[in-house]
Amino acid sequence: MPTDRLKRRWNATGRRDERPLVVAAKIDNALRLSAVDAKAAKLGLAPGRALADARAMIPELAVIGANEKADLKLLEAIADWCERYTPLCALDAPHGLLLDVTGAAHLFGGEQAMLSEIRRAIGSQGFAVRLALAGTAVAARALAHYAPGTIVTPGGEADAVAKLPVEALQADHTIVHALRRAGLKTIGQIAARQRSELTARFGSAFVTLLDCALGKAETPLNPRNPLPDCMAERRFAEPVVTEAVIAETILSLAAAVASVLEKRGQGARRIEACFFRADGATRRIAIETGAAVRDPAIVGRLLREKLDALSDPLDPGFGFDLIRLSVSLAQAAQAPATGFDTNENDKDIAFLIDRLAARFGAHRISRFLQQDTHIPEAEAVTIPAQEKPKLEWSARAKGEPPRRPLRLFARPEPIEVLSEAPDGPPLRFRWRRAAHNVSRAEGPERIAMEWWRAPQPTRDYFRVEDEAGHRFWLYRDGIPAREIAHPRWYVHGVFA
Amino acid sequence: MGRGVAGSVRLTLWAAPIILEHNMNIWNDNGEISRKLAVLRGALASHGLERPAAERIAPLGHPGADACLNGGLARGALHEVFAGAPGQEAAASGFALALAVRVLTKHKWLLWIRQDFSALESGEIYGAGLRELGLDPSRALMLHAPDAEAVLRAAGDALDCKGLGAVVIEPWGEPKIFDLVASRRLTLAAAKHNVTAILLRPGAEPSPSAAETRWLVRAAPSPPDDDWGAPLFDVSLARNRHGPLGHWVMEWDQDESIFRTAHHGALAAAIADRPAEAALECHRQAG
Repeated sequence: MPTDRLKRRWNATGRRDERPLVVAAKIDNALRLSAVDAKAAKLGLAPGRALADARAMIPELAVIGANEKADLKLLEAIADWCERYTPLCALDAPHGLLLDVTGAAHLFGGEQAMLSEIRRAIGSQGFAVRLALAGTAVAARALAHYAPGTIVTPGGEADAVAKLPVEALQADHTIVHALRRAGLKTIGQIAARQRSELTARFGSAFVTLLDCALGKAETPLNPRNPLPDCMAERRFAEPVVTEAVIAETILSLAAAVASVLEKRGQGARRIEACFFRADGATRRIAIETGAAVRDPAIVGRLLREKLDALSDPLDPGFGFDLIRLSVSLAQAAQAPATGFDTNENDKDIAFLIDRLAARFGAHRISRFLQQDTHIPEAEAVTIPAQEKPKLEWSARAKGEPPRRPLRLFARPEPIEVLSEAPDGPPLRFRWRRAAHNVSRAEGPERIAMEWWRAPQPTRDYFRVEDEAGHRFWLYRDGIPAREIAHPRWYVHGVFA
Repeated sequence: MGRGVAGSVRLTLWAAPIILEHNMNIWNDNGEISRKLAVLRGALASHGLERPAAERIAPLGHPGADACLNGGLARGALHEVFAGAPGQEAAASGFALALAVRVLTKHKWLLWIRQDFSALESGEIYGAGLRELGLDPSRALMLHAPDAEAVLRAAGDALDCKGLGAVVIEPWGEPKIFDLVASRRLTLAAAKHNVTAILLRPGAEPSPSAAETRWLVRAAPSPPDDDWGAPLFDVSLARNRHGPLGHWVMEWDQDESIFRTAHHGALAAAIADRPAEAALECHRQAG
């Protein structure tokens, strides 16, 4: 694959190089070949050979240093692309992919047709690809490397892998070496040995591996993306480009998903739309909602909002040939209660919140939460509106003038204050380069910080009004003489 | 056949008040036109084409202002609130909130859209402070928009939501995007679902707009011998599409959520001095 990656880039940039190509990397403290292209392979080079030997054999060899990161990125892009065949797709680094196609093959006209379709599609992108299909991942991998194109009928794994060399198991190379020394050259020969002997000599992990290869045991796949709770997709014979068709498709997919969710009594909290472009690029757009939804119109509108708000818009290129809508988080949805206008109202509000969150980001739309503390900045905080704790505010004391300001500074602003007595109310203060003469002051309202957290001085709050009628919420940070010799003053908020 | 006739009747009734209202100067009339208007409105309401007066108008509680506004502040319209002088943004925001509380009906929500810069410059909206002015903070939503364009866009979205009673729209300064066209668009959007739009303009000077009313707000000092009490606003109604203008000192009664007349003789005297003082202030700034 690394050589294919390089050649793809060369083709794109118009570079021509007909020499055999190898990729070299430092393995076991020596420069060795890590990948070879078809030409080099024909000349007898194979991965693992020392670079110096290879150069001696073929002087005109083109050598490029390995770039594992770029290889992995490419492998992930291919894996994304492969999700059009099955959502269960796992990386088998460095150069392999495992797809669990259980129950998916018939969608592509059977296993044989599916394999040739994948081979054609990936091959046309300029990759050399070897495929095999078997009941277990280990067997499939072994066959792909040593007998590509094999399709194993269920239960036939043991026969299929029997003739393969022991390297096909991809066990640790000390084990392979030991097996070869013992004269065991094929998997079939190992399988014929007593299990207890093998366990005693190579450990139980190796025996498990062998069982997997023989189809007697199964290790679960580790898919790259969690399996969605429910999904719907549509394939297009002709790639689609127009926005109208895309929007229409999303709506019909949402309807299909909704009917499944409805049967389960569920609604979606997180929905992902995945757009597979005809040229191999994939793009995922995810939305989250505050409450479980399944109304296709709502899902469609939220996705459209999100698409409108993308900083780099969805680029159809030559068109999308597959659009998939998957619900990655579904939750039990309560049956909608009707008849009260409050519910209708709150539903509208929930939709508005989701809509604004999809467009501007979930952190930008918030609600006010009252907390059980006296510290002003913690008493009322804003939380993302999509989180839905029960928000209840205690009623204010009637008959009292406003005790808290409408606007609060996140950072209290220091001011210069002149006061009669050290612990008295302010007479005059200077804030933002303007002087204010205090005409009336209410206070102090003493608020002690919570001593079990970081120790902080006690605050004495004053509500003051200046001669022009502006009202401020000031505090002195610390009790004079008792806590701090010369406490500082701050403006914490402004009243209406 | 019957249906068709009814349709044409509705159309004529619908058109009449629009023409009349655009002729303006109704309030200067001898009452003839306004009586006709009331009759036509009643006819429209009975056809379900216009919302009944109780849904359309929210009385402020201040008799002078309500008289000028033909009964109260129009719901489902755009109202502008400006600071009457530099440094009066806090009073303006308090007045805007008070207007919003007045127009909110039961179960309806308030959305406050702010530009990020506003919070930096003049502080975050404080939930406990909302409650102190008579709003239930559990029915309040806050949207922080990164720029003026986002504020306007969000306002358009919000006015489309039937669950809201009022939207306070607070861009900072004088962004070009908030022009006459934008105000027309907001007016139309507000009328669609009867959601009241209150455009709060800190750091801006009044400019031509399609707003129903425009208010210039300053803080009024408390009466000299009084303790710290309810918020006092020195407001002037600088634009009113359907009535005369005015200038009052209003007290916000946060317990009953209603405006009241400030009732102190001493206060009135203090206010009487203000125009000269304001002129002096302007002069000082110009100099």
